[in-house]
Amino acid sequence: MMKWLAILLMAPALALAADAQLRLDRAPDRSNDMHALQNGAKLFINYCLNCHSASYMRYNRLRDVGLSDDQIREKLMFTADKVGELMRIALQRDEAKAWFGVAPPDLTVIARARASEFGSGADWLYTYLRTFYRDDSRPTGWNNVVFENVGMPHVLWELQGEQVMGDDHHLKLARPGKLKAEEYDALVADLVGYLKYMSEPMSEYRKSLGVAVLIALSVLFVFSYALKREYWKDIH
Amino acid sequence: MAAGDLDKFKSDGTRLGSLLEWVDARFPATAMWRRHLSEYYAPKNFNFWYFFGSLALLVLVIQIVTGVFLVMHYKPDASLNASGVPVAFASVEYIMRDVPWGWLIRYLHSTGASAFFIVVYLHMFRGLLYGSYRKPRELIWLVGVVIFLVLMATAFFGYLLPWGQMSYWGAQVIVNLFSAIPFIGPDLSLWLRGDYVIGDATLNRFFSLHYLLPVLILPALVVVHLIALHEVGSNNPDGVDIKKKKDERGIPVDGIPFHPYYTVKDIVGVVGFLFLFAVVVFFMPEGGGYFLEYNNFFPADPLKTPPHIAPVWYFTPFYSLLRAVTHPLFGIDAKFWGVVAMGAGVVIFFFLPWLDRSPVKSIRYRGPIFKTFLAIWVVCFFILGYLGVLAPTPGRTLVSQICTVIYFAFFLTMPIWSKLDKCQPEPERVTAK
Amino acid sequence: MSCDEKVDCGRRRLLVATATAGGVAGVVAAVPFVASWMPSERAKSAGAPVEADIGQLSPGEMMTVEWRGKPVWIIRRTTEMLDQLAKLDDLLADPKSDKPMQPEYCKNAHRSIKPEYLVAVGICTHLGCSPTDKFKAGAESGIAVDWPGGFLCPCHGSTFDLAGRVYKSKPAPDNLEVPPHRYVGDAKIVIGEDTKGA
Repeated sequence: MMKWLAILLMAPALALAADAQLRLDRAPDRSNDMHALQNGAKLFINYCLNCHSASYMRYNRLRDVGLSDDQIREKLMFTADKVGELMRIALQRDEAKAWFGVAPPDLTVIARARASEFGSGADWLYTYLRTFYRDDSRPTGWNNVVFENVGMPHVLWELQGEQVMGDDHHLKLARPGKLKAEEYDALVADLVGYLKYMSEPMSEYRKSLGVAVLIALSVLFVFSYALKREYWKDIH
Repeated sequence: MAAGDLDKFKSDGTRLGSLLEWVDARFPATAMWRRHLSEYYAPKNFNFWYFFGSLALLVLVIQIVTGVFLVMHYKPDASLNASGVPVAFASVEYIMRDVPWGWLIRYLHSTGASAFFIVVYLHMFRGLLYGSYRKPRELIWLVGVVIFLVLMATAFFGYLLPWGQMSYWGAQVIVNLFSAIPFIGPDLSLWLRGDYVIGDATLNRFFSLHYLLPVLILPALVVVHLIALHEVGSNNPDGVDIKKKKDERGIPVDGIPFHPYYTVKDIVGVVGFLFLFAVVVFFMPEGGGYFLEYNNFFPADPLKTPPHIAPVWYFTPFYSLLRAVTHPLFGIDAKFWGVVAMGAGVVIFFFLPWLDRSPVKSIRYRGPIFKTFLAIWVVCFFILGYLGVLAPTPGRTLVSQICTVIYFAFFLTMPIWSKLDKCQPEPERVTAK
Repeated sequence: MSCDEKVDCGRRRLLVATATAGGVAGVVAAVPFVASWMPSERAKSAGAPVEADIGQLSPGEMMTVEWRGKPVWIIRRTTEMLDQLAKLDDLLADPKSDKPMQPEYCKNAHRSIKPEYLVAVGICTHLGCSPTDKFKAGAESGIAVDWPGGFLCPCHGSTFDLAGRVYKSKPAPDNLEVPPHRYVGDAKIVIGEDTKGA
């Protein structure tokens, strides 16, 4: 009996023991920085939206990040013609599959899908986009620390430069890119900030509405509790 | 139980009064109101635990209303759209983004699913604490366990509908459980799927049942549950029968009319619950990855199993029972016995009224054995639930096996120790809070 | 419940307050559900303004474009057709277009921005059928010997002139709807919005 109890007490420790740890860098918060989100949207459309779709996201939704319909039409729309259209791509999925081994996934909700016990989806993406390294054994010549044997080549390599995996399992910048390390990190942070926004565009509104709802329910609670007290004072 | 003339409304001459009199002559409206609310005498000592019955009813209503509205926009279609995304998955995101307020209705529904199980688990635990399943309330308990089973089925069917990775592979695993049944198993799981894998046929039949069960079957069972309850009267935290002491009008001295006393009290519970519910819906709709699993934001991919799949949290204690069984027995493989263990884990609740032989009902007057065993059992239930969301390792499997043994031993040995336990005498009347 | 005793008075006040607060909360909670029946972003996107190229349209011809799932007619009227309109006033139910079936800028004798071009929603104002064009005048139309040319709704026989105005004593109560529209240059009409950005 006591032995069993001892094992039971140890259970959480036993249970937690074996999982491999994934170390993720914390993505800087960009949720209320309209300028950063606009920059992220531009980066997304320029670098990602050729192979990846965002097929639940409409262009005109970008008004959330402070862009007008005309700005969206003029600066960001290359393939679609109506501002209310979804962010689709022309790339054929079977062709893409032939090139990359897998069809590039739709990215609309990627920032939610990549969340895990190790960190938010934004953390994963922020780390992922900064930990590509040269690996000649891969067909694309690129590998990644958090996404082993990734099918996607390092699209932003001209900006970041080329990293290599050192013998100490740390990444080293072998050839610098157009941007300094901190500039590149800031750029990725904007892009990830946008991806996070896109995964749940209503999230900021949801929270502000939530505050109002909680206040209203608190008031209702006070009333209903007073009413209950009023009735129950007869009961002894 | 035809209503006598005393139960008919006598008009006081007002128009509304006359209308009610007219209705009453044709339908027992006043009689029902009195029987189930204004003259249903409930013990006056209900505590916190007694909120969860009415809350379960509330969540059922929330789920039905939000569900009816979701159906107006959702499409049960596993085929791929122009962007290569399953139509069903895309239609959920369509609800989240394009439908006015769709996100709120969807979050209410997804949070409601978890809330339903939280409330129902607490409601059942109340029954364990105060012996609410004991004579004469066996039938209430049995119907309750059926409700729990139907609820699990409903949740399982509903979880496939978003057609994400966890939806898909969760359904795949559970449907394959049926293939463990000797002889008919493989054909049975094929029949359930309607395809060689989980597919469009499965999605559509699950969708149909996810509508049928909660909209028709569950409310009917809830009505039976309540009729049975009102036939014998409510138990209470002291576990004593309030009908033993009645005043000269035949009203239990420790009873108070459900309406208005418990209606106003339950309203407080409802508002308190809605506050917590709103905290989740508006500030953490994913529930830390437990209410909406992260992997379910990837569309279903029949060719790629996610590295780690686990059922939603409310199934995990029973899922752990399944995984704990690793030894073949009587020449039948472990898979079958795992399924048996999982099924037995739920079915054993049916026998509870006859397993418990204690002279008293409530934990307040039961002895140390019950208190200790119940505490250990609850701990085991939590551990099983926790292990169910993790990937199995030899260490975890061992722990879950121990917990499984305790889980069943608690019930199976109950007839012995519940009689031996040193109980205190029950009081004559309910005690003050 | 009387308000004579102090207790009842307080209880009633609380009851009213709680019921009011709860009622308001209930109504507010219903708003998202009611609002969810409004057109979604997808429907709005599909119902966004459409452009029509009228460069190829010759006098006396008609073209149809789809806007919000409805047929919108663009008719280029000849001078004779336009001259015809003024003579019909006595036969029509609403010759002056007093009912708001058109934007203000089309409330004129020819019911259009440019006299030549009529833009109208091709849905009968009776029960929603789409009338057929009967431009040929006289007996040849199969309607009447003195038929001046216009539209006939096949469902219940309502007739409209070439400005979409409905004839008297017909099932349809109103003139055909003129949707908001504007010209972009000479040869292009945007249907669904009047001024830029609106």
